[in-house]
Amino acid sequence: MTINELKDVASQVRRDIIRMVHGCQSGHPGGSLGATDIVTALYFDQMQIDPKNFKMDGAGEDMFFLSNGHISPMLYSILARRGYFPVAELATFRRLGTRLQGHPTPVEGLPGIRVASGSLGQGLSVAAGVAQAKKLNGDNHLVFCLMGDGEQEEGQIWEAVMYVPAKNVDNLVAIVDYNKKQIDGPTDEVMNLGDLKAKYEAFGWKVYECNGNDMQQIVDTLNITRKNAHKGQAQVILAHTEMGMGVDFMMGTHKWHGTPPNDEQAANALSQLKETLGDY
Amino acid sequence: MKIEVQNFKDTRSGFGDGLLEAGKRNPKVVGLTADLTGSLKMGDFAKAFPERFFQVGIAEANMVGIAAGLAIGGYIPFTGTFANFSSARIYDQIRMVVAYSNKNVKIAASHAGVTLGEDGATHQTLEDVGMMKMLPNMTVLVPCDYNQTKAATIAAAEHDGPVYLRFGRPKVANFTPADEPFVIGKAQMIQEGKDVSIFACGHLVWKAIEALPILKEMGINAELINIHTIKPLDVEAVLKSVAKTGCVVTAEEHMRNGGLGDSIAQVLALNNPKPIEMVAVDDVFGQSGTPDELLKHYHLDTPDIVEAVKKVIARK
Ligand SMILES: Cc1ncc(C[n+]2csc(CCOP(=O)(O)OP(=O)(O)O)c2C)c(N)n1
Ligand SMILES: [Mg+2]
Repeated sequence: MTINELKDVASQVRRDIIRMVHGCQSGHPGGSLGATDIVTALYFDQMQIDPKNFKMDGAGEDMFFLSNGHISPMLYSILARRGYFPVAELATFRRLGTRLQGHPTPVEGLPGIRVASGSLGQGLSVAAGVAQAKKLNGDNHLVFCLMGDGEQEEGQIWEAVMYVPAKNVDNLVAIVDYNKKQIDGPTDEVMNLGDLKAKYEAFGWKVYECNGNDMQQIVDTLNITRKNAHKGQAQVILAHTEMGMGVDFMMGTHKWHGTPPNDEQAANALSQLKETLGDY
Repeated sequence: MKIEVQNFKDTRSGFGDGLLEAGKRNPKVVGLTADLTGSLKMGDFAKAFPERFFQVGIAEANMVGIAAGLAIGGYIPFTGTFANFSSARIYDQIRMVVAYSNKNVKIAASHAGVTLGEDGATHQTLEDVGMMKMLPNMTVLVPCDYNQTKAATIAAAEHDGPVYLRFGRPKVANFTPADEPFVIGKAQMIQEGKDVSIFACGHLVWKAIEALPILKEMGINAELINIHTIKPLDVEAVLKSVAKTGCVVTAEEHMRNGGLGDSIAQVLALNNPKPIEMVAVDDVFGQSGTPDELLKHYHLDTPDIVEAVKKVIARK
């Protein structure tokens, strides 16, 4: 896809996010909006996938894991827009009986979801196991894993960060949604992550940085990581993002981490986001 | 069942040998450990299938996540560490990426209970069965001896879904037939009787067997059933036995809260209320000591089973 086409998809995804969390008056718009561009690039440009024939084991396909499961509206919209399931189903988000649970789960059989997430800190371990299964299976496809920056405070992350280079898991690309915010406030205040780049490097990773809301930079960076995969190097992208990206009053604050907009706010937000693919 | 002691072996060796056998039978079987290869007797598997063995280091949470990932990729992972670090330490991880996500992960939990011995309470989990049986999708196995643990390991590999497989450290009587297949969810009749139903699991099955001749001498004809599968519980076997005997003793190396006895009591209460006595640990932590000393101290020994039988028969 061209960069402009990717931007159009991202705009629609952002509309979907607003409409989903507004519709059920719950969910996490801030992180979802911030991470939209990265995951759009993955699903619409980067990953080799077969959405119409979803396979749990992902054999012969690239695979994505969302460790910070609370930004599920973003993932659900992208999966639906990419053809994993009907976009109309986005209207059921967080409602009784839905496959689109508050946090992603394979239990309801939603195509595109392979493991539950929502309890933070666990996705990188799972993704590493999947990547190792790919190696055992002689499958050259890649595994991508998105994590939150606040999520980096979980100890299990660092168990996995130590594991991946030590065990030469070089078919995995980790991405940090580096928006410098979490529930209680700026990450610097809640628990200063310090020099995250140096920390990953000290654990043996190759670290890339990009503006995680600049589609061209995202695509360029992902292209590099794909080229450098399978070369004995653990790879992580620190994607500098803006929580609430695309909706002016949701940016520059952590307040929209897990707060839905009211009717007026939703209308305001939607007026800032172009409808490109048709609302669900 | 004919009870014949073939030798004295640790149940963890049954796991190690069962894992090796399962690995030979199915190339999808893989092993993971958190720096306890030797303790879990996984060395032979690691040697036979080095490419299918994952040394994760002392990082149990990471290990269970990697196992879930391997299961997504079509493998049948067995994680190996001490029972406490296979349960309490990583309960949320097991809950989310194994049980709720319904991944084909087998949690091999060794050194369970007080018979772990001298290491003391930090390592002696008496709560793990309770935690694991509360998780939907989870199968909970507590085999009684070497042969049965080996067979249970092979059965776990063949079973599609999460399994918690609990076994122990000390060498104990190995008495079940080596060729007896392990059927998950099917209680094992050890001796038929009519005066009392004894339901036991794990190491306490042997203690209950030792109680049988003593009870016989007292004129008590006890029925002994090995509940090697705590979940799904063989409710039919329990009710059938109780219909005949009218009273129950349970015996396990676990906290009374959350253990086998509490599962059986629930079945009785809901279907056929009858007197029940429980040989189990009564809401205290363990401590250092030899396995035999600790079984005595916590009233998990043969005389305790005999006493419980007398007591429950008097309540009939
Ligand atoms: C283990 C665990 N602890 C706490 C939470 C509650 N929680 C959900 S999101 C969140 C903040 C995460 O911060 P970050 O990863 O930066 O995500 P962002 O706020 O940027 O979307 C917390 C504490 C959780 N979901 N899981
Ligand atoms: Mg954040």
